[in-house]
Amino acid sequence: MFLAKVIGTIWATRKDENLRSFKLQFIQPMNAAREKVGGPIVAVDTVGAGPGEVVMYITAREAVIPLPVEMAPVDASIVGIIDRIDLKGD
Amino acid sequence: MILGKVVGTVWATRKDEELTGMKLQIVKHVDLDYKLKETFVVAVDTVQAGVGDIVLIATGSSARQTTVTKNKPVDAVIMAVVDKLDVSE
Repeated sequence: MFLAKVIGTIWATRKDENLRSFKLQFIQPMNAAREKVGGPIVAVDTVGAGPGEVVMYITAREAVIPLPVEMAPVDASIVGIIDRIDLKGD
Repeated sequence: MILGKVVGTVWATRKDEELTGMKLQIVKHVDLDYKLKETFVVAVDTVQAGVGDIVLIATGSSARQTTVTKNKPVDAVIMAVVDKLDVSE
C-alpha cells in the first residue's frame, strides 16, 4: 500500500459497465513525510475520501478486490483514509 | 489509472488471433492541463473513444478485467472517456 493526497475528482459518463457506481479520484502519491512522489494517478474511491484528505491506496490487479464486482479494469483503488502518521527517527 | 489523449489508431492485420476485432488506439500521456507528454501507449479501446478524446487507461493485468479483453494478450485498456476534471491544486 502507498500514501497519497486526494487532489481532485474525475467525471466520466462513458466508462466500463462495472465502474458505473464508483467515484474516480485524482491522487498525488507522497512519502511518509508528505512530500510528492512522481505524478498524479487516478484511483477508484471505495471509502468516500474527499479532496485534501491523505489516503492509502493499492495498485495492480489487487485493486479490483475491494470492489463488489467480479471484474473491473481498475489498477489503483483508495482503501483507507489516514488519520495520523507517527514517524520515529530522522 | 493514467490520463491520456487518443491521438491515433493502429491498424495491424497480422497479429495474435486473440486480438482479432479489437480496436487499438495510440494514447499519449497528458498532464492535468491536458498538455501532451512525450510518452505514449497502445491501448485496446473498450468504450468507443475517438481521436481527440481524453481518456483513462488501466495497465498491467488489470487491463484484462473487461468483457472485451478477458484472458486476452492485452496490457493496456481504455476504460473511461473523461468529461471533466475537478482538480484543486
